[in-house]
Amino acid sequence: MVAKDHNAILLHAVDEAAVRAGLSIGLPLANARAICPELIVYDADPPADAKTLADIADWCDRFTPLVALDPPYGLFLDITGCAHLFGGERALLQIVTDALSRRGFAVSAAIAGTSIAARTLTRHVSGKIIAGGEEAQAIGPLPVAALGADEAITSGLRRAGLKTIGDVAARTPHEIAARFGTAFTTLLSHALGQGDAPISPRKPLPDYIVEKRFPEPVATDTVIALTLQSLARMLVAAMDKQGKGARQLEASFFRTDGAVRSIMVETGRPVTRPEMIDRLFRERLDALSDPLDPGFGFDLVRLAAGRTEIVVQQQRDLDANVHDNDEISALIDRIAARIGGQRVVVHLPLESHIPERSALALPAQHHLAAATAAAWPERVAGEPPLRPLRLFERPEPIKVPFATVPDGPPHQFTWRRALHAVVRVEGPERIAMEWWKQDGQSLTRDYFRVEDAEGQRFWIFRDGLYDSELRDEEGQPVPANWYVHGLFA
Amino acid sequence: MNGARTATLASLRGSIARIEAPSDANLPNRVALGHDGADAMLRGGLAPAALHEVFAAGHQGGAATGFIAGLAGLISPRKPLVWVRQDFSDLESGALSMRGLAELGLDPRLLVTVRAADVDSGLRTAADALACDALGAVVLEVWGNVRQLDLVASRKLTLAAQASGVSALVLRIAATPIPSTAETRWIVRAAHSPPGTAASVWGAPRFDAELVRNRHGPVGRWIMEWKCDECQFSEPSAYPQPLAATPAHRSHQAEARAGQRLAS
Repeated sequence: MVAKDHNAILLHAVDEAAVRAGLSIGLPLANARAICPELIVYDADPPADAKTLADIADWCDRFTPLVALDPPYGLFLDITGCAHLFGGERALLQIVTDALSRRGFAVSAAIAGTSIAARTLTRHVSGKIIAGGEEAQAIGPLPVAALGADEAITSGLRRAGLKTIGDVAARTPHEIAARFGTAFTTLLSHALGQGDAPISPRKPLPDYIVEKRFPEPVATDTVIALTLQSLARMLVAAMDKQGKGARQLEASFFRTDGAVRSIMVETGRPVTRPEMIDRLFRERLDALSDPLDPGFGFDLVRLAAGRTEIVVQQQRDLDANVHDNDEISALIDRIAARIGGQRVVVHLPLESHIPERSALALPAQHHLAAATAAAWPERVAGEPPLRPLRLFERPEPIKVPFATVPDGPPHQFTWRRALHAVVRVEGPERIAMEWWKQDGQSLTRDYFRVEDAEGQRFWIFRDGLYDSELRDEEGQPVPANWYVHGLFA
Repeated sequence: MNGARTATLASLRGSIARIEAPSDANLPNRVALGHDGADAMLRGGLAPAALHEVFAAGHQGGAATGFIAGLAGLISPRKPLVWVRQDFSDLESGALSMRGLAELGLDPRLLVTVRAADVDSGLRTAADALACDALGAVVLEVWGNVRQLDLVASRKLTLAAQASGVSALVLRIAATPIPSTAETRWIVRAAHSPPGTAASVWGAPRFDAELVRNRHGPVGRWIMEWKCDECQFSEPSAYPQPLAATPAHRSHQAEARAGQRLAS
């Protein structure tokens, strides 16, 4: 593998045969060719490498929910409290190594009390398990390069005659810190088990997880549906003990060939009924544009409650209103599960007099309660509607041939290739833009309510004040632009 | 055909008619529009828990939206309303403005909008929403002539509406009426404001509403005015307008009127 670095083509990765031939990472390709003329070279593809690493991390989710990436080619798994599920640490290490080797990856794995210690071990030898407190012993004899510090630090240490990690550790920390910085001493102490930095998992830890493993992969829809049902029951039973309900659910399907498919469902209020969970997932699965592909079958199905809330039990029988609200949020959840939460919206008023900014559409799942309690401006009794019923998000330009008064309303206009003769006009209603928010680009608008010969009513505006704003650089008046902004009923 | 078979056929037809019109005998819960002529024709008003269709030509979207919003507000004044529409209907005839809805006397707090990607998902969502009896009404807005809204689809909507008691309102802009199981079908256009120069005289929503299908009665055509303060339709207040349309909009009207005879 080669990659271009500062206009030089360097070796990016090498296999074992190349190492035996004397090549190493970072060697220029020309030199490498000189050493080994029959070298087979491919271009490196870092994004594809990253994707492969992420896929492997997905697969590793089956062992523990805490999986962290250590780019460019490492993964941390926090197996605290998980190992016994797989027959102990040794067996777990064996399972991971075997499964990945079978797929053609070169694997080096180790288990240690701290993530850095484990990583240092994998750089040297695979398959080591170090009990807590024995890190210093095990790591000491390893070369400093295994620490994975910067190239400058590693070579600096080597030049200083400190070849192994033990040599470095034997020095007092302030000597090392003065030369190589405190970041390196921290790394060193973590490697020696004298402190631990938490890994940063790829996914937040779900509140509740239930899963089902299959000795034989399953592929039929009915089995998958039944599995989801029973998992939903287990999850609800687990949550119920602590009076919780799920706001976000994720079903993960682990395929035997390592691919993982996750499906997320969000709800507006905490779900506490297994039937509801089951129904939401059915809606979601039905509506998938690329359906769940079982391939050779799934060997693990997991249901996780990503976010949970404490459920407040309400008196239902006497208060029909509560019941209705429940039904509506259940309906919103179902629709959102199928077509996406962003597509089901409620509307909230915004403090702005600019027509297109006076309302905000927000996902109904999260803002239903706020929308029900929103305070909209009261209409003026006795007045005809002052705002149009349908508002164009982007005002549509219209052609206005002339206006008798320069800042008056038009007599006719052409909108969507149809000519409308203006019969009645009401206006102008002058709406100035929010100068405190903008850089003075927007012009003041004069809005008119007009009715054409057919009785259709439009809300049109002239962009810019006639005398002051509509001038070019030389101060000459320029013609105004007119727009249709809305349609009245 | 012999007499016995004819009699059997007649009795079967009679029973089908009875099954299809279960609530025909009792019309107590009709929702009065407020317009006397139309209410008389509809025997008291609009039937809830049924399917009603409103058609309009492409450029009459504003008026038709106002009319259907009025119907929805009348049928269920204080219950939530689900409005299902397609993504591009915003571009075609504008997004529903909450301030505008409030100006008509309706409550934007009760509105849940569903932006469906296509007609199929819109139809399915509308059918789902109709099954939820906590709602007051479901409006399905569909732009243009679409294949999916056939007799089967409207039958589904009707059945869902009957089962739950939620009214289904279908707004068809730029579409030709086709046979359906709708209780009523309207063609709506904007109507002139009454003559007069004072600013307050004009501007109230006025509709030229033509009832082209009424399952249980005759049809008609009226000028209706929406009273924003009282939240109901009414007879035009003053200066009745001639019903005959001005020649100016004959050509635009053609698409909404074309299949009318066939449909009703």
